Amino acid sequence: MTKRQKTMLLRIIIGAVLLIAAVLVPYEGPWRFALFLPAYFTVGWDVLWRAVRNIANGQVFDENFLMALATMGAFCTGFFGEGEYPEAVFVMLFYQVGELFQGYAVGKSRRSISSLMDLRPDYANLETDGEVAQVDPEDVPVGGVIVVKPGEKIPLDGTVIEGSSTLNTAALTGESMPRSVGAGESVPSGCVNLSGVLRIRVEKEFGESTVAKILDLVENASSKKARAENFITRFARYYTPAVVIGAVLLAVIPPLFMGGWGQWVQRALTFLVVSCPCALVISVPLSFFGGIGGASRQGILIKGGNYMEALAAADMVVFDKTGTLTQGVFKVTEIHPEGMSEKELLELAALAESWSDHPISRSLKEAWGGEPDRSRVGEAEELSGRGVRVQVDGRTVCAGNRRLMDEIGARCPENTAAGTVVHVAVDGAYAGHIIIADQLKADSKDAVKELRERGIKTVMLTGDSKAAGEAATRELGIDQVHTELMPAGKVGMVEKLLGERTGRGRLAFVGDGINDAPVLSRADVGIAMGALGSDAAIEAADVVLMDDKPSKLSLAIRISRRTIAIVKENIWFALGVKGLVLLLTALGVTGMWLAVFADVGVMVLAVLNATRALSAR
Amino acid sequence: MTKRFKLIDLDCANCAAKMETAIKKLDGVEDAAVSFMMQKLTVTADEGRFEEIMDQIEKACKKVEPDCRIVR
Repeated sequence: MTKRQKTMLLRIIIGAVLLIAAVLVPYEGPWRFALFLPAYFTVGWDVLWRAVRNIANGQVFDENFLMALATMGAFCTGFFGEGEYPEAVFVMLFYQVGELFQGYAVGKSRRSISSLMDLRPDYANLETDGEVAQVDPEDVPVGGVIVVKPGEKIPLDGTVIEGSSTLNTAALTGESMPRSVGAGESVPSGCVNLSGVLRIRVEKEFGESTVAKILDLVENASSKKARAENFITRFARYYTPAVVIGAVLLAVIPPLFMGGWGQWVQRALTFLVVSCPCALVISVPLSFFGGIGGASRQGILIKGGNYMEALAAADMVVFDKTGTLTQGVFKVTEIHPEGMSEKELLELAALAESWSDHPISRSLKEAWGGEPDRSRVGEAEELSGRGVRVQVDGRTVCAGNRRLMDEIGARCPENTAAGTVVHVAVDGAYAGHIIIADQLKADSKDAVKELRERGIKTVMLTGDSKAAGEAATRELGIDQVHTELMPAGKVGMVEKLLGERTGRGRLAFVGDGINDAPVLSRADVGIAMGALGSDAAIEAADVVLMDDKPSKLSLAIRISRRTIAIVKENIWFALGVKGLVLLLTALGVTGMWLAVFADVGVMVLAVLNATRALSAR
Repeated sequence: MTKRFKLIDLDCANCAAKMETAIKKLDGVEDAAVSFMMQKLTVTADEGRFEEIMDQIEKACKKVEPDCRIVR
């Protein structure tokens, strides 16, 4: 509790004691109301003061004014013998209890979120001329060398120049599996060094580093408001004046016909007690804040309440294949030679591709086992979109796709294998083909299954061949696939899918965030995966999954749906109870006691319900 | 230009919403968001007049919620 809250608690206790004392005094004269004034002012002087001050500032319908009016009114009706003095004090007391609780609960969830976002490093051990000194991470220049001991946080993004260790990336990714690093590898800030001492060359200044970016993103998330939040703000603007006007009408019109002014004025005052929209106005942003905070603990960064809403409403998820559902690592899976051994074919292919740094070339070299002897390779010619033509040991070797084979007149068999096929021809004669395929990620299948169980349609986009795409689709259980797409074609395809849609569902696109920025921004929600260490992805996407597990996507949707459900519960619950109390009050069934119970009770329950959003699972 | 400011003693969510509305109405303010949860104000406004606009924002906020302070 803060100091202010403690003072408030003390005032509430003293006020309650004074109230009980006043009730017990056996005096029934006309001055009885004076007995209750000490309790009333102890508890509510600040409300009265603020009401006066805000009216002077032109703020009429604020909660202070309403509470002041309702309780003063209760005093007056009490004076004229229609009501009870304790009621006025009790209403004020209970209102203050509610406010105190709300402040406490909000402060608590604010703190628990900032503690789970406790990524900010306090210091960096900067090495200068062999001396190590602790400095503020903001003062470390790019190119500086820092030392990170076991147990310390890596303060800035950099490259390991000496030492090896394991890193705990849980604060960034929610993943508890430690990651091992050695010299030459880049490490993101925010990880905790677990075992060995690392010397790291700083690559980015603090403001540009991963930690700063993530903190920035989470802190800004609450300024992008969800539709539900804007609705509540708008609603609150009309609700209070409407209830106040209702109260005035209730005080004046029925007694004109039926008489009994005191009774109707009392009912009108009860209206005012219920007129504060606090429960809604506080619980909706609190729920979103909790949901976003809970998600970030799992390595899922959602850039705003609006994106959380869209994610919860997603009924179609479009995946980019490579690097999202697959590891993006190509491996030789099959070798089909014709007229030579497997080894010879692989050697030829590796030699032919030896100058290229394409992932396919790398996987060929890897399968062959080492760097090929480039001196055997003569003139090389890159044939764009088809392959390469290279002189190897004086022979002309062509390696590439079917089009290249057709061009040089080498007859190659029909192929239905899943993966990229590299055909090889020597001096125009077909020599066989090698199949290179990308490996599916371990949890891709489960992720797709879970999405489908939630009624979400899954679509895969890929630049791969029809055969490769369809094989992956079958294996994963994806509903729809569009193959052989160029990067620009992916944007077009997402636009087409968006155009075909009807209804309120949203379309989410999941990519690796590196070369699909246009698609990410075109979809209703753009999700970048494996973003740890990739600034471009963090910038481009609406939702960022720090690690590269597709299962985090279904988790993100689950958290979003749960948060939205909590928001809806709160909206309906608060509106329902308030509506009911207004109705019962107008009919004279409930009095001010129950109204204030309902009002504060709703708020407390709504706030408690909202804090559930934080415990995302 | 967009700048962020910390808000101290912003105690009521409804006031935060009212402050936001009031700030958005000010001349020269392109966009504004008051985050009750983060206790932060984000303002996008004309760079050349930023300080002058901030003075206006402070005045507008004082009217809505006199207890709340903007840390500049």
